Amino acid sequence: MRYNLKLYTAGNAANSLRAVKNLDRFVTKYIPNNCDIEIIDILKDPHMAFDNNIIAVPALVKTAPGPSRKIIGDLSEIEKVLEGLGINPKNKKINEGI
Amino acid sequence: MKTHNKSQDFDDIKSLDKIATGIEGFEHISMGGLTEGRTTLIVGSSGSGKTMFAVEFLYRGITTFNRNGVFITFEERPREIVRNVKTLGWDLGKLVKQKRLIFLDASPEPEHVEETGSYDLSGLVVQIKHAIEKVGAKLLVMDSIGSLFDQFTNTGLIRQEIFRITDIFKDMGITAIITAERLQEYGTISRYGIEEFVSDNVIIIRNVLEEEKCRRTIQVLKVRGNTHYKGEFPFTITDSGINIIPLSAMELKQSSSTQRISFGNAKLDEMTNGGLFQDSITLASGPTGSGKTLLCATFTAEACKKGEKILLLAFEESRAQLIRNATGWNVDFQNWEKAGLLKIICHYPEAMGLEDHLLNIRRAVAEFKPRRLIMDSVSAMERVANVRLFREFVIGLTSFVKQEEICSLFTSTTPKLSGGDSITEAHISTITDAIILMRYVEINGILRRGIAVIKMRGSQHDKQVREFTIDGKGLHIGEPFKNVHNIILGIATHGGLSESEHLDEMFEH
Repeated sequence: MRYNLKLYTAGNAANSLRAVKNLDRFVTKYIPNNCDIEIIDILKDPHMAFDNNIIAVPALVKTAPGPSRKIIGDLSEIEKVLEGLGINPKNKKINEGI
Repeated sequence: MKTHNKSQDFDDIKSLDKIATGIEGFEHISMGGLTEGRTTLIVGSSGSGKTMFAVEFLYRGITTFNRNGVFITFEERPREIVRNVKTLGWDLGKLVKQKRLIFLDASPEPEHVEETGSYDLSGLVVQIKHAIEKVGAKLLVMDSIGSLFDQFTNTGLIRQEIFRITDIFKDMGITAIITAERLQEYGTISRYGIEEFVSDNVIIIRNVLEEEKCRRTIQVLKVRGNTHYKGEFPFTITDSGINIIPLSAMELKQSSSTQRISFGNAKLDEMTNGGLFQDSITLASGPTGSGKTLLCATFTAEACKKGEKILLLAFEESRAQLIRNATGWNVDFQNWEKAGLLKIICHYPEAMGLEDHLLNIRRAVAEFKPRRLIMDSVSAMERVANVRLFREFVIGLTSFVKQEEICSLFTSTTPKLSGGDSITEAHISTITDAIILMRYVEINGILRRGIAVIKMRGSQHDKQVREFTIDGKGLHIGEPFKNVHNIILGIATHGGLSESEHLDEMFEH
């Protein structure tokens, strides 16, 4: 099961840029090669915020696997990102899709 | 982001205008409506009617004034809001389809949302701008903002973002309503002190339990750039939405009409020096059975004979009783009703709250458009409300009939057979233009009836207490009582004074 993540950002806002960087680091460490990431800049595509009900930004939405989950913030606290996405760091096989 | 213009050129600054909301009575108490292009904060406890006010503001704005709107909901789902007002016949779904209204659902997510590190509400900001542009909105509602503080932990940030959003409204020329919860009816204006940073305009809505009855009021606390009426105004929520009763805000115009109207009794016209003024209110006071209802029938018959519409509001007797009584005096109410000249409305005072009574009367007047009105009796309303509510009712009613220039006759039943004060008189006597007293007079063991005009604004009047009799043809006013004291003020006593001395005693000059 591949992870499908969407990160909603707002242009060059500092917390958005940090979120992109933090997400990249997080994916490389915990779910390498097993993840599709889409970064959506709501300033460029306002209807994406409207259609997907994005209030706080940055927002990370996991659409697969399993139930959809949302985390907000610049993703600077790894523990919370793991919890928010429902990822168990010890379960390497599942995480890396092996 | 907004850029601040540092130039000292203020030529482009316009004064603040108000725009109508279409909510009944609101334009009156706010002297024109909401401040255009600004945000108004509406605070109220849970269930006070904030959302109702906000929805009606948008609904009327769109349907009556052709201003499209955005509804941002932080609590209820849009579906609920649409459903809740469906019973009023407001089809919000249709407005959405027509792209005149757009909902923005910011209600809490069903799942817990984890916060990790710094964030802001750019998503909301982007959505708002997007929604405004999508329908070309001029109006906007955010209901209710307190929920944002529950959804996100960083309250400092939320304040800052709300401020940013209201700033955007200002830039885009949006007239907005933000609603906020308050915990008590009196005291701190809102939770989180939103009013301090959000808005120049604050309205408070209350729902207070008073003597086992819910009493809704609305108060304009502050409005920038213009004046408004202070104090709380009662309102009700009916099948036509919010109805604010402007009460004391109504303009009390002094009698200006010089046109006189006959009472239907030549002698009474003589006593009032030519009849009643068109835009006047007359109070007829007397104990039960003293002839007030007959006076009403006389007044009614006269109006109908002249072809003037008259509205008869009866709070003491049933329709059948009224018609039977009138027939006894040779007045055919049913005939006049058929002719469309008379409309009789009977309600028990207990049937509803005074606000609703007042509202019903206003509606009946708006519908029937009478030139004259009878309320028999005003004092019947005393028993269903406390003194303050009753006073508001009386003021609301009198100022309303004056505004409409309806020649009105109110009756008041005094609690004692011999006369004396009633609460009604204490509250109404200064407002009415004419007062007619009807009293029992006991002379040598025989009960007789006396009538006197004790006030007639803008005119001379007969100052004598005259005897009158009632028979199958109606009311017959005769000669003044001679040598009888104290008819009006209490128990009449027979004295040996001459007539002129008697008058001097009775009336202070």
